[in-house]
Amino acid sequence: MAEPSPHSAPPTLEVRNLQTHFFTRAGVVRAVDDVSFTIGRGKVLGLVGESGSGKTVTGFSIMGLVDPPGRIVGGSILFQGRDLAKLSEEEMRHLRGNRIAMIFQDPMMTLNPVLRIDTQMIETVQAHEKVSEEEARGRARDALGMVGIPSPDERLKSYPHQFSGGMRQRVAIAIALLHRPDLIVADEPTTALDVTIQGQILAEVQKLCATTGTAMLWITHDLSVVAGLADDIAVMYAGRVVEFGDVGEVLDAPLHPYTHGLIGSVPSRNKRGEPLRQIPGMTPSLLKLPEGCSFRARCPRAQEDCLVMPALHDWLPGRLARCHHPHLDEVATA
Amino acid sequence: MSQAQMPMQATNAPRSFSDTETPMVELRGVSRRFAKKLDIAAKLARRLGASVREEIVHAVDRVDLRVRKGEVVGLVGESGCGKSTLGRIVAGILPQSEGEVFWNGENVAAMQGEAAKIGKLRRQMIFQDPYASLNPRMRVADIVGEAPLVHGLTTRGKFDGYVDEQMRRAGLDPAFKRRYPHQFSGGQRQRIGIARALAVAPEFIVCDEAVAALDVSIQAQILNLFMQLRKDLDLTYLFISHDLGVVEHLSDRVVIMYLGRVVEEAPTERVFAAANHPYTQSLLNSVPRIGNRKRAFTTVKGEIPSPLNPPPGCHFHPRCPHAFERCRVEVPVLREIAPGQRSACHLNDAA
Ligand SMILES: Nc1ncnc2c1ncn2[C@@H]1O[C@H](COP(=O)(O)OP(=O)(O)OP(=O)(O)O)[C@@H](O)[C@H]1O
Ligand SMILES: Nc1ncnc2c1ncn2[C@@H]1O[C@H](COP(=O)(O)OP(=O)(O)OP(=O)(O)O)[C@@H](O)[C@H]1O
Ligand code: SF4
Ligand code: SF4
Ligand SMILES: [Mg+2]
Ligand SMILES: [Mg+2]
Repeated sequence: MAEPSPHSAPPTLEVRNLQTHFFTRAGVVRAVDDVSFTIGRGKVLGLVGESGSGKTVTGFSIMGLVDPPGRIVGGSILFQGRDLAKLSEEEMRHLRGNRIAMIFQDPMMTLNPVLRIDTQMIETVQAHEKVSEEEARGRARDALGMVGIPSPDERLKSYPHQFSGGMRQRVAIAIALLHRPDLIVADEPTTALDVTIQGQILAEVQKLCATTGTAMLWITHDLSVVAGLADDIAVMYAGRVVEFGDVGEVLDAPLHPYTHGLIGSVPSRNKRGEPLRQIPGMTPSLLKLPEGCSFRARCPRAQEDCLVMPALHDWLPGRLARCHHPHLDEVATA
Repeated sequence: MSQAQMPMQATNAPRSFSDTETPMVELRGVSRRFAKKLDIAAKLARRLGASVREEIVHAVDRVDLRVRKGEVVGLVGESGCGKSTLGRIVAGILPQSEGEVFWNGENVAAMQGEAAKIGKLRRQMIFQDPYASLNPRMRVADIVGEAPLVHGLTTRGKFDGYVDEQMRRAGLDPAFKRRYPHQFSGGQRQRIGIARALAVAPEFIVCDEAVAALDVSIQAQILNLFMQLRKDLDLTYLFISHDLGVVEHLSDRVVIMYLGRVVEEAPTERVFAAANHPYTQSLLNSVPRIGNRKRAFTTVKGEIPSPLNPPPGCHFHPRCPHAFERCRVEVPVLREIAPGQRSACHLNDAA
């Protein structure tokens, strides 16, 4: 990892060699086995990767929401310099919903079905701050307006079931924004929304990061959302970060063969009517990962030395890849 | 399945279709209302004393739709606009409240006995969440082979061979057939759903957000499989998706819905080159592109209406930059505005 200059404040989030394993009857699932990345103040990190590669478990680890049989078994999660993995449940609860918030794919993980929206939002505001009910209501109203909910005053009096799925998601996002947290972990929050509504939410997210300095971990499969929203990108494969860097540089000239294959599969990068380029082979089982580089069996660049697990190495300034033979050739020409 | 009887040249290239042939599936004036929109959240709320009114949702509102044999029709639209409801009606697993559904020119309501059963079997649906739609207590072999056995497509004796063939065709190793769904990855589970749908020899498949939860490389595998199967088995698809990139890549024609109504339909190139309806235009303008870096996303102007309480006239008028008086009172009809392109917007009358 690049060393921060001695003058700068610590980044909002620094995850170092995180390991979260599930101790199941079938064996130890190494869901997150070596994840490192950094998010600076006001920055958005896009976290992408294979289905099942550990993105959600990474997000849950940061939030302190991993339940048994899962456990963080190694590494550190530095939030403004404090290691979250070492905090008590009580301290963690205080940070959650106040300085750190999560937006889930399913908004009902955030919303209480039996409470009116205003009750929930006002409670959330007052749980962490001493403000009058009037002021809390004002904050709730503004937050709903920010995510494009029309007539927020009226809407505040509704129950969650009176909203469509897309509107519920926007309410859940509004709740995450209430305290202008320092860090938001968002797990596929706009996947179920159409692109016009998605654009609305992404616009608000951009504004929030720029004005309040909120740092954002944005987990998604949609590389075009990452392209438009994120500053940096981290790519996961089989429980590990395999590439990290500036979003434009990585998307233009990926170093890791997996990233290379992933970007090649995007429909808009393929000719209409022709088969999409795909990465050959199957995802390895996390219970029984092959020796050495986990991408080896599917990698067109694999050589003998790939039997040794590569480290996440900075091949270029700010460009990290976990690979013995990265696509450095293409960087020069890009 | 005999491929000899299909003289059509098999290719993945976009196809065009004549308007005169009998469509494989046709909907005429189909509506679907849900009398109560009480989901788990609402039921809980009511049980705990909240005053929960039962309301009527016009999930699908007088929709006409034609899908010709061999065609891939993309169906897009806002979350909650009725795509899945329409897909279920087309697949024959949800009855419509009004209107008629035709299968190869025959009114489905009038079909009886064996013909009705076979007609229904020929239309299959693949769901968004492969996990929720697969019984966790059943082994893959039974998930795939049960329906064909019940419907006499295979026998007890030939069961194993039949299942193996279905699994292989969907890109699954038959060695895994004794496993349960949770022992597979997301992409593999989606293939189980595909194998199950194909096992009853369908002619028509509704794919409802079938690749939405998968990463783009697994998505590519599944989409390529769909296109390969289209070629091999002469399948016809209704492809529901939020992802306009995916829809553009594999559809011949695109249908756009907004709050229960079809607002535009046209051949794919036409939609992406010359969209007519203001909602379609706003959709296309919002599509994020991988080439656009750090762009400013735009906010939605105007009110975003709820399906529970749709605005009168044109449903899109609260958000439409071109709305005028007539749009607030009169529902625009879907009319042909260019060959193969239909749009429901009053602006087309003004010209
Ligand atoms: N409670 C659990 N017990 C055992 N294994 C688990 C548990 N939760 C997650 N896993 C495993 O951990 C791995 C990582 O899962 P995770 O949900 O983080 O993937 P993901 O990258 O978010 O995938 P997707 O893109 O499909 O959402 C998967 O192989 C999953 O099966
Ligand atoms: N069984 C049901 N009971 C009550 N209301 C329903 C039912 N099924 C769907 N609806 C309502 O009908 C409308 C259309 O829903 P549908 O699931 O068809 O939308 P969709 O376009 O598929 O949305 P999405 O993109 O979010 O999947 C929504 O307002 C939904 O809440
Ligand atoms: S280390 Fe070797 S096998 Fe792994 S991605 Fe790099 S070239 Fe491929
Ligand atoms: S009918 Fe009117 S409101 Fe509707 S899309 Fe056309 S111009 Fe806009
Ligand atoms: Mg996930
Ligand atoms: Mg749906």
